[in-house]
Amino acid sequence: MNRQIVKLFGLVVVLFAVLIGFTSYWSVFDAQALREKNANKRPLLEQQQIQRGRILAADGTVIAHSVAKGHGSGKRYVRRYPQGRLYGHPIGYSFVQYGNSEFERFHNDELVGNESEFSSILDQLRGRNQQGNDIVTNLDPAAQATALADLEEAGFGAVVAIEPQSGRVKVMASNPPYDPNRVPYEFSKLSTNEIERPLFDRATQGQYPPGSTFKVVTAAAGLESGTITPETPIDAPGSLEVEGTPLENDFGESFPGATLDTALTNSVNTWFGQLGQQLGEDTLFEYMEKFGFNSTPAIDLPSGEVYKSGVFDGEELLNANDPVDLARVAIGQERLAVTPLQMALVTAAVANKGKEMKPQIWSRVVDPDGRVTKRLEPSQYSQPISAKTAEELTTAMEGVVTEGTGTNAAIPGVPVAGKTGTAETPGNEACGGGEEENQAWFIGFAPADDPKIAIAATVECTEEFGNDVAAPIFRDVAETILNGE
Amino acid sequence: MSARNRELMALVPVALLLTAGFAAVFAQENAQLDNLSLTYGAYFFAVCLATHFYLRVRLPNADPYLFPLVALLMAFGLVMVYRIDASLARDQANWFVLGLVLFAATIHFLRDYDVLERYRYTIAVVGLLLLMAPRLPGIGQQVNGAYLGVKIGPLAFQPAEFSKICLVVFLASYLREHREVLIVGARRVLGVTLPPLKHFGPMLVVWGASMFMLVFIRDLGSSLMFFAAFLALLYVATGRFSFVVIGMAMFLVGAWFFAATVPHVHDRVEVWLNPYPHARGSGYQVLQSIFAQADGGLFGRGFGQSLITIPGTDNALLPAAQTDTIYSLIVNELGLFGACAVILTYLLIAARGFKIALLADDGFSKLLATGLTAVFAIQAFVIVGGVTRVIPLTGVTLPFISYGGSSIVANFVLLALLLLVSDRARREGAA
Repeated sequence: MNRQIVKLFGLVVVLFAVLIGFTSYWSVFDAQALREKNANKRPLLEQQQIQRGRILAADGTVIAHSVAKGHGSGKRYVRRYPQGRLYGHPIGYSFVQYGNSEFERFHNDELVGNESEFSSILDQLRGRNQQGNDIVTNLDPAAQATALADLEEAGFGAVVAIEPQSGRVKVMASNPPYDPNRVPYEFSKLSTNEIERPLFDRATQGQYPPGSTFKVVTAAAGLESGTITPETPIDAPGSLEVEGTPLENDFGESFPGATLDTALTNSVNTWFGQLGQQLGEDTLFEYMEKFGFNSTPAIDLPSGEVYKSGVFDGEELLNANDPVDLARVAIGQERLAVTPLQMALVTAAVANKGKEMKPQIWSRVVDPDGRVTKRLEPSQYSQPISAKTAEELTTAMEGVVTEGTGTNAAIPGVPVAGKTGTAETPGNEACGGGEEENQAWFIGFAPADDPKIAIAATVECTEEFGNDVAAPIFRDVAETILNGE
Repeated sequence: MSARNRELMALVPVALLLTAGFAAVFAQENAQLDNLSLTYGAYFFAVCLATHFYLRVRLPNADPYLFPLVALLMAFGLVMVYRIDASLARDQANWFVLGLVLFAATIHFLRDYDVLERYRYTIAVVGLLLLMAPRLPGIGQQVNGAYLGVKIGPLAFQPAEFSKICLVVFLASYLREHREVLIVGARRVLGVTLPPLKHFGPMLVVWGASMFMLVFIRDLGSSLMFFAAFLALLYVATGRFSFVVIGMAMFLVGAWFFAATVPHVHDRVEVWLNPYPHARGSGYQVLQSIFAQADGGLFGRGFGQSLITIPGTDNALLPAAQTDTIYSLIVNELGLFGACAVILTYLLIAARGFKIALLADDGFSKLLATGLTAVFAIQAFVIVGGVTRVIPLTGVTLPFISYGGSSIVANFVLLALLLLVSDRARREGAA
């Protein structure tokens, strides 16, 4: 029997080795993935034992802070948002039951003070409690409030305002908003509201047809590729047969021998449709991609909560090899879907002499002792167009505001460059299926000769045009920011 | 050095470890060192010393490492349970002392343990009655859907813990007598060696008992533990691997059938295979157990650092931390290294147990030592395997570490039997 006993012991050794194998897998090899599981509240609960850092607006207004509740072993910190719904987007929320979202999620490590595994072990050895860092953002409270108030009057939509030279995000508003303080009490109501979708950040996730605002991209590609100059005339008839359907101008107006300024000022569809066809799909897509289309914008928000812009076939992003109706892409129709953030980035690139900066909400990280440990250093994402092209575009965009389709964006005493857009979305289910539904846009920057702010504003499901609902929002937000300078 | 002196030397570091463990928990809870930890360490050492001297007198030749290894597990358990709840640890310490009293009594009354052979059928019946007791009206208790507890007046216990010893004693005795016929009478049918039908009857009874447990006690864990111990003994007794394969096939078929028909068993298996859809319900325990381990890493978070309840509430974050999932708590606080130390301790106990079986002369002693060691090792495997998702999670205790009187007392009786076999084997070996 001894031989069998030895074999049986061998089996026990194997079985226990399996136990050690599984334990190693859970505790070390798969640990990171398990910590990130949605069902796993342990890391959050542990973080709740730590005083999470504050989130501040650019002027020091407290957007989020943590307060202690309970005592002894039941002591924990709970998140509070003193500004309520004003910063629900893009700051997000942080609650044990519902996890972290948006800015709170992206900057979690800094907010809870997870500098590195090594230093936190050191802190433990020294008996120091882990403490979170504060983060100061670039958000401008007055402008954020203006943007949200205007949006609430105009309809669902979003506003993004970026400082062109640095990529600092000064406004990111989405309507309808939500109050992050209410998340623990009405999460299911907030998350299942399919009509308003308040938890959905329209600034980074709303994928809308850009309409005529996209003509800025088409024009940029035309100028930069040398296909046209500001003086190149293109005959633009009132109606043009494209892919079997007529492409028409507003009121069927024709513009014989029009140049860029005239075409952009009057938002001439047949002019840009022909330009798109002249550019060819490769060139147009090349410039779209340089502006950041087809990629997730490099903003400090979780990548899963920032959507791409481009020409979509259902869920799938198309590239230069896929068949598209180029003339209609060129005027912002076809299956183009863009986020307000992406359009703000295009505008900011034009405003910044063709250099597109990475958009960033955070500005600096301050440790519990008040020392600034990290400071935003603006970095360039790309340079889609030259300074010369940018200047030529700016001139054309100024015409839009002074004498063209976007006169409501004008600010007394300040030159403004911009572009309106009104994409028709009849039968849009998200709007309730009405026939008079538009996606209204305005993108622009000011002052045109020395840009301080680039803004994209959009309103969904409206019967009005870009100049009527979106341009005034641009004007109010730009004025607020320029007055605060 | 004599066996008993080695035992004495081994107990000293165990007592020191316990003292250090308590000191660490105190330091964490009160942010200061408390000489209470020294007092607890001294009590623990005194109890171990008393046991040691009893063994010195009664079983001078018994294996010197088993008791210190068990004391190490006890020390682990006491510190962990204290860290969860001080009043539970007091109970646990009382169970420890009571377990040692029964340990001494077993050694006292069963010095000639051959007497067990004479009463083997009685013991088998007692074992089965113990198993059925939790289903008896009035005294049975249902815990988490399984019928494992019995409550008579103020006394509550889990009879399965004692029943496993009865089963091993019966099987060791039965197989000692019938192993020859089982080997010789075996026939080959279609290339498979089958045991003779006549002697296979009692084997079917054991299989039936395991299936019975699955259906009526509804506990996959004890069922698996009992049947695995049976197969281990059958294999050692006959040397026929084919018997084990047939047995395993029978168990799997039975388990599969009942998993498909008994909702409680089915849920456990479903949750084991795919816990995430049940994250807020029946999968909560196993998932939280895994999550607790994920937070342990290599070195753990340190004594007293783990969250067991959701702060500010009484809701468990790690359900049954003092019993079923205590291993996950150990991984969380002491890391992979601490967990390996625990597993290694069990492995060393198994090694010493099988060594006793190898040294024993007579068939009954060999099979008894093998069976006791096997059932002990399998029990550790079933619960650690359960919380690490190797097998479905069931409510078996982690021997000598989990909180629970029945488990501690029964396992001390098991230890006493092993030491009895060991003492005789080594005495005869020395003579």
